[in-house]
Amino acid sequence: MTQLSETVLELRGVSTRFGAVSIHEQLDLDVRRGEILALIGGSGSGKTTLLHEMIMLREPSSGSIRMFGEDILRARADLMARLRQRFGVLFQQGALFSALTVLQNVAVPLREHTGLDAAFIDQLALLKIRQAGLPADAALKYPSELSGGMIKRAALARAMALDPQLLFLDEPTSGLDPVSAAAFDELLLRLKQWLGLTVVMVTHDLDSLWRVADRVAVLGDRRVVAVAPMAELARIDHPAVRAYFEGPRARAAQPH
Amino acid sequence: MPKPSPEMAEIEWQDARIRCHGRWTVDRLTAAVERVSRAPTPAAAEITLDASQIDALDTAGAWLLQRLRLQLEADGRAVVIEGLNSQFADLYERVRELGTVEPPRAGRLGRLGTVGHRTLSALEQLFAFLSFFGAVMTRMGRLLLQPWRIRWRSVGADLHASGATALGIIGLLSFLMGVVFAYQGAVQLRAFGASIYIADLIGLSMTRELGPLLAAIIVAGRTGSAYTAQIGTMKVTEEVAALRTIGIEPVELLVIPKVIALCIALPLLAVFADIMGILGGMILAKAQLGLGFTPFLERLNEAISVRSFLIGIGKAPVFALIIAMIGCFQGFRVQGSAASVGHHTTISVVQSIFLVIVADAQFSVIFSWLGI
Repeated sequence: MTQLSETVLELRGVSTRFGAVSIHEQLDLDVRRGEILALIGGSGSGKTTLLHEMIMLREPSSGSIRMFGEDILRARADLMARLRQRFGVLFQQGALFSALTVLQNVAVPLREHTGLDAAFIDQLALLKIRQAGLPADAALKYPSELSGGMIKRAALARAMALDPQLLFLDEPTSGLDPVSAAAFDELLLRLKQWLGLTVVMVTHDLDSLWRVADRVAVLGDRRVVAVAPMAELARIDHPAVRAYFEGPRARAAQPH
Repeated sequence: MPKPSPEMAEIEWQDARIRCHGRWTVDRLTAAVERVSRAPTPAAAEITLDASQIDALDTAGAWLLQRLRLQLEADGRAVVIEGLNSQFADLYERVRELGTVEPPRAGRLGRLGTVGHRTLSALEQLFAFLSFFGAVMTRMGRLLLQPWRIRWRSVGADLHASGATALGIIGLLSFLMGVVFAYQGAVQLRAFGASIYIADLIGLSMTRELGPLLAAIIVAGRTGSAYTAQIGTMKVTEEVAALRTIGIEPVELLVIPKVIALCIALPLLAVFADIMGILGGMILAKAQLGLGFTPFLERLNEAISVRSFLIGIGKAPVFALIIAMIGCFQGFRVQGSAASVGHHTTISVVQSIFLVIVADAQFSVIFSWLGI
């Protein structure tokens, strides 16, 4: 459990094609247990597509993806169902069910996949909501009554409902003001520390990259051009990588 | 009781010592949760929770441990947790800080409170509708003085969407209604040897009542719901707010063209429904009673006065106003979410069909007072 080098997610030779357009070609990527891996790349570099392939929403045209050692492209339905309970996903817009309160939203995976009694589920859901940094009275609110930052936190609480070991975040800080974004980064670091989470996040937020990512994978030229901690990436000479270190915004975000 | 497997979260009561072992994770807790909530409190004043043999602990497991502790403490026992390894202790501490037994509950109203709440919200809705109606009418009045400011392009588009495209379904249903009515009438009239009066029956019932009513009900289901969904979705995506900040009054762009279009379209649709219904009746009269088209039409000419035709058609703009106003009003009542759009669209259709039929009944009462 404490072996840091263990690979949770392993992508080998993944290729994706939309008709004649090739998005990924022979892409390799490893996600190690207990790390926060950020996935970056310009618009259209296939970050979201790759994320969808990892969370089993889409199949690549060829290659293999292993999650917790299981080949998810050849997995039977029951194995896939079990694997789905072991990871959580935070979608970019939160994707909270608008007809349900925050408490009910967080309780959905618990009701669906555990035989726990309703009172215990409610208590647990409330615990997750507070763990995600929301006040208890937010639990009875509907998503339409929440601010952008609160929606992200509520969605994080739902993604964490089943205590997954692996968490996927799609642009978790997009649309948040800098203060909320920084608070979200802190929350993520604390959750990782308490729960030993492994996190894969797609992000454009330079501050997040410096602050929370253990390693950063850069997508470019239809493959992963580099995987390294941010400070090491600075030494790599590739246009897709350089974009994150040059220009006024990139320089402002770098720690001095 | 299933045989305890080492993989599940397990609890053993041994008087002052409660031994916890196994994997305390969310997918293996069910039996343990049940045991905790049913277990009798041990008699000893001081109880030790032995957690040294817990193999795995996640938030859910930590919460169960904390709940067990709270439960024992509530019964006045002193509780000590023993042997929790350091890795789990951090997690347990966090859960101890955050967890509460009482989940928040929405304030429940009593029966009387519910009645009061419903009454107030019904009154609030009535008041809101009246002020919406008032706002639309004053703006409409102002626009009629400056007709070039009316958005005729939208009126045209709405006229096409609510009128022209409804011809098929309204024509078909009125035709069938005419056939059904004529069939029922034919059986009775033939018994009295009064077959020719089939023209009176069909002609009067179609023009005075059925034509306009049928057209209105179909339009309420088809167009009223579309109005609600359109405006409601625009509210959810903040397009309505955007219009207002650009300086376009949403009522002027979204409501008034629809009201005008429907007030023109529905009377025309009612005429079309009249014609198709009578056509259906005429064809059935020929098939069932052997009544030729020419005598049918001659009789029809005598039976239907211009007045009864106009009474029928005159009701159509009122129905149109009801449908358009309710449809738009419910659209503006939408708040926040996709579910709200669905909810208000349903209300819109139910209310407009209900009010159309109520209005029709009112007309009948008024006309009979006036002796028309």
